[in-house]
Amino acid sequence: MKLDKLKIGQPAVIVRVNGEGAIRRRLFDMGLTPGVRVVIRKTAPLGDPIEISLRGYELTLRLEEAGKIEIEEI
Amino acid sequence: MIFALIGNPNCGKTTLFNQLTGSKQHVGNFPGVTVDKKEGPIKKHEDAIVVDLPGIYSLSPYTAEEIVTRDFLIKEHPDAIINIVDATNIERNLYLTLQLAELNIPMIIALNMMDEIAANGGRIDIETLSELLGAPIVPISASKNQGVEELVRRALKIGGNKEKPKNVDFCSGDVHRAIHSIAHIICDEADSHGVALRFASVKLVEGDERMMTDLEIQPPEIDIIGHIVEDMEFHCGMDREAALADARYNYIVEAVKKTVVKPTESKEHVRSVKIDKILTHKIFAIPIFLCIMLVIFWITFGAIGAGLSDAFSMGIDAIIGVIDKGLESLAINETLRSLLIDGVCSGVGSVLSFLPTIVLMFFLLSILEDSGYMARVAFVMDRFLRTIGLSGRSFVPMLIGFGCSVPAIMATRTLSSERDRRLTVVLIPFMSCSAKLPIYATFVAAFFAEKKALIMFSIYLLGIAVGILCGFIMKKFAYEGEPIPFIMELPAYRFPAVQSVLLHMWEKAKDFIKKAFTVIFIATIIIWLLQSFDIRFNMVNDSSQSILAEVGRFIAPLLAPVGFSDWRIATALVTGFSAKEAVISTLAVLVSAGDSSQITALLPDLFTPLTAYCFLVFCLLYTPCVAAIAAVKRELGGKAAIVTVIFQTFVAWIVTFIFYNIGMLIL
Repeated sequence: MKLDKLKIGQPAVIVRVNGEGAIRRRLFDMGLTPGVRVVIRKTAPLGDPIEISLRGYELTLRLEEAGKIEIEEI
Repeated sequence: MIFALIGNPNCGKTTLFNQLTGSKQHVGNFPGVTVDKKEGPIKKHEDAIVVDLPGIYSLSPYTAEEIVTRDFLIKEHPDAIINIVDATNIERNLYLTLQLAELNIPMIIALNMMDEIAANGGRIDIETLSELLGAPIVPISASKNQGVEELVRRALKIGGNKEKPKNVDFCSGDVHRAIHSIAHIICDEADSHGVALRFASVKLVEGDERMMTDLEIQPPEIDIIGHIVEDMEFHCGMDREAALADARYNYIVEAVKKTVVKPTESKEHVRSVKIDKILTHKIFAIPIFLCIMLVIFWITFGAIGAGLSDAFSMGIDAIIGVIDKGLESLAINETLRSLLIDGVCSGVGSVLSFLPTIVLMFFLLSILEDSGYMARVAFVMDRFLRTIGLSGRSFVPMLIGFGCSVPAIMATRTLSSERDRRLTVVLIPFMSCSAKLPIYATFVAAFFAEKKALIMFSIYLLGIAVGILCGFIMKKFAYEGEPIPFIMELPAYRFPAVQSVLLHMWEKAKDFIKKAFTVIFIATIIIWLLQSFDIRFNMVNDSSQSILAEVGRFIAPLLAPVGFSDWRIATALVTGFSAKEAVISTLAVLVSAGDSSQITALLPDLFTPLTAYCFLVFCLLYTPCVAAIAAVKRELGGKAAIVTVIFQTFVAWIVTFIFYNIGMLIL
């Protein structure tokens, strides 16, 4: 399952980060590494981007980028 | 002694910098990029300079900020690093710390927001954490100025003794082996280029192209490094970038587990979530944002700002009056007096009357920025701007453009990518600024009295539409490149620090004043020269004899295809270059109208309703005024400023041409 399909409030764990180059590196740098727990807090008024919570802080990213992150619900 | 102040965005870095240096700051640019470089001496230790480097999350080679920071650390050899870490968001903050420690530069960690941790019942074992990170830690609270003196004392000592961070092995197994094998291969190159060996080898494991070229590593070694990395990737089941990020974060998680007692749920965080429920609400978010912007516009361009601006220009006029009297009593040459009074004083004076607006605007904007709200605006508005290849971050600068392009262009500094900044700056002038309002008002009164609102609205809308269209075209051709991904932290809401807000305001004011006395100063003198002399350099009293009128006559044929064949229209448009209000005042002079009520009656001699509308379209789109061009030059350089002028005028011509010819067919 990919992060863009996760329901709001449902906790999940990151399994893999796909994609390449700057975007992927940026995701790693922001702490989206395998094994980390994430929850989607909300979506923006127009449905995209989303706000997620991880490692004790809030991060926003677009559905396009979220679609590159494989997760597993817990 | 030189200290580099480094930390994540939103960790209180600017606040700490202000505490360290007071108001003795120097703001400049890093060479070649529009990334702010601030530096200043430490209070009471004037020989120690702190350089405030851009807020970054990592030392990867992708963004201008990261590259600037890397180059500064590697090439400028600061005596020590002060790494500021947000204790309330410690895991992600330490990710940068681990990378900094590899640089082998003396380093001290300022653990910020410790007051929040303590107030919420959290605890951090400073000593053990410092042991695990290999560098000393000083707990501080930058906003309350606690622990800052201790930080300075320890930093000076570490810098003086050149105490380098202890070697910390954040990884084990395959990654560890790969780093060490590569270190063996490149130790000569790293040494001869003055790059810390550990940092260089870790970067090569990560696949950092920039490091590869910097060290001038040769083909046989490149191959060996490639094999080592492939081997590592095979054994740990992850690719190189994932493996290292994973290793770093794992190390941090373990260290934090051992040393940090996390508060249950901090008050600040709970408060933040509550505020967010309202401000980023599915339905209310956009209306609330528009209301906030409306209030900001009302304050800066209405109620307070207009009053301040008027008072300010009255003050300037009074000063000019005194100078004029003085020159008269000294019986100074008439021409020189005209140059000083009509050219320099009134030109620079009219631009300076923008100053209160700019100061107020930046006062309010830095409150929005520092409180954390700006990040939410980007979150809420991102979807709108994505179609033209920008992110939500560009929304606020563009909106300010409806007030005045100058602060709008200056506000693009907060955009995180150079590409976004360039594209935003180019699009801002299409948002119709308030100085164009007198033009619209005069023409609407003269030609479209019955449909005032509709015509006004159509002009504003047209500006936005043309802006979007140009965005599309430029995204396709001029600014293709890969946009920086929109992956942005939403920091907790905080009360902005008064000192930071005031300093920010002062910087922008200083910047603007400097501009007023350089670029704008020269431009006003040129306009004065053109207006006051004929081609034989005799002073003229009749403006239709001036060089400017000649220029107007010269340009008029070029404007004939868009409906303005009269030289007076062309002349008025040329003066609009100095300030948009000048278009109307010049037209008034040229049609010999005494005041604004007469001009309404006289304009129909020059325009038909169709050409009047075309004139509004042209004014909306053609070259920005001198002050805005100067702002573009400051942000993007002289070449970009010239391109902007040509591009905008070209677009204006094309669009007006289309309007005029379609109008001729229909009407």
